[in-house]
Amino acid sequence: MQRIINHPDLVVEDMLEGFVKAHPDLIAKTDHAKVLKYKDCPVPEKVGVVTGGGSGHKPAFIGYLGKNMLDAVAAGEIFSSPSAQAFFDAFKAADSGKGVACLYGNYAGDNMNVKIAVMDAEDEGIEVKTVVANDDVASAPIHEKEKRRGVAGEILMWKVGGAKAALGGDLDEVVDAAQKAIDHTRSVGIGLSPCTIPSAGKPNFEIKEGTMEVGIGHHGEAGIKVEPLKSANEMAAMCLDIILPDLPFKKGDEVVALVSGLGATPVMELYIFYNKVDEILREKGISVFQPYVGNYFTSLEMKGVTLTLMKLDDELKELISLNANSVGLKQF
Amino acid sequence: MMSHIDNSKSGSIVLDLIKVIQDNKEYLSEIDGAIGDGDHGINMNKGFTIAGENLANTGAPLATSFKLLGNVLINEIGGSMGPLYGTLFRKMAVAIREHDSIEAKDFLKMLQNALSGIQQLSDAKVGDKTLMDTLVPAVQAFDTALGNEKTFTECLDSMSEAAEKGMRSTEDLVAKIGRASRLGERSRGVQDAGATSCCLLLQTLAKSTKERLSD
Repeated sequence: MQRIINHPDLVVEDMLEGFVKAHPDLIAKTDHAKVLKYKDCPVPEKVGVVTGGGSGHKPAFIGYLGKNMLDAVAAGEIFSSPSAQAFFDAFKAADSGKGVACLYGNYAGDNMNVKIAVMDAEDEGIEVKTVVANDDVASAPIHEKEKRRGVAGEILMWKVGGAKAALGGDLDEVVDAAQKAIDHTRSVGIGLSPCTIPSAGKPNFEIKEGTMEVGIGHHGEAGIKVEPLKSANEMAAMCLDIILPDLPFKKGDEVVALVSGLGATPVMELYIFYNKVDEILREKGISVFQPYVGNYFTSLEMKGVTLTLMKLDDELKELISLNANSVGLKQF
Repeated sequence: MMSHIDNSKSGSIVLDLIKVIQDNKEYLSEIDGAIGDGDHGINMNKGFTIAGENLANTGAPLATSFKLLGNVLINEIGGSMGPLYGTLFRKMAVAIREHDSIEAKDFLKMLQNALSGIQQLSDAKVGDKTLMDTLVPAVQAFDTALGNEKTFTECLDSMSEAAEKGMRSTEDLVAKIGRASRLGERSRGVQDAGATSCCLLLQTLAKSTKERLSD
């Protein structure tokens, strides 16, 4: 394991310290060492927008703290849910009195810790409503949609929810917009090599040289199938074949297209992949209103790519277009 | 007949629970690594050790000790095991906090309260390859034994046996919930880490309780 770390058990703590120091214009600490906030939060008269999740996904989740984005984030250990206390402290940090929208991904640990934190917040008079992202098409069939994991589509949910809150939406409006965003969003990933949690010291799954795992999860969860490695164009076609029929996306639709690397993929290759995504969408009469290509939601040093599409309507277009300033997403 | 334990004198049962997790830290991570993240032992050890530091030499009663352990797990650990075991121990504490003397029927209520707390948090059922495969039959076995008018000691023995059997049953199961469930058939053949830690905890709880029984 060749890594730039100190004690493997303290990677999250060390990373958070460095992150705060590197981004003083955007980020501030809270009383909880694993909870960071947008420096101007709580923003008066604005619904607080909060998320949380396991670490190892930079720039998610803390990289989306900022103006018109997230207000507070609870960070967990690598690939492990933050504690209920951390979620609760994030709610407290973000609440201006207008309530808090907790927009997070569908994982067993996050579900339980959020549930406990929401009950604790109720006891303290903080109103919290939740939206659970489940955009990963490969993680369960459509009739078991409630089992699907949340992946890179969460970023679009945060963008939309953050924008709605910034435009003065009340808690119900923010939650409804975020729910609409995730309901209109589908993702799939392809993994080419595994990743290693520093404290474990070795990869906990394997992808054989010359193969790829289609539908892989953000923590190495098994995909739909393992296949011989294909060209970027074939990968793009394969991802669209999985995503497009699921919503379904149709001729005439306008979409956001988000291509993210999983950590160790050269950004160059993401553009090679996107080139074909854009071409196929055009052929099908689907137009890309807003593309995002880069390392938006990674999995340590996993090699691979994820593709996310969100079908737009007028409201989502307005919210996606609003300017935003965060480490992971800047839009002016 | 050995009929009860004293709440005020039995806080050290929790110290025994902490020790069994510390002693099995590497084993738990190793079996977790086969189909999970490989961090089960690390995370459990972290939470139980913090609780141990807070409890050492306090002489706190059993209910208080359970509560402290539960709070530490919920506040500090996160993941899935923090809220699950945190809730388990918090609910045990609630069930016995009014009792100076804990008899078998009170112990059963404590187990049942813990189980229902977990069921409020998670939909996992027996057969899903989780700690419920250990916990549910263990509580059931204690209940059945008590219903058959067995002694407190015999009830505890039944609980331990059922916990072990439940834990072993997970080896041949396919995970239905949690991270291992993404592996589908590939999760078969490996014992579940949560079911294993749950068995260690229940068997230690039984053994330590037996050692403290008095008339």
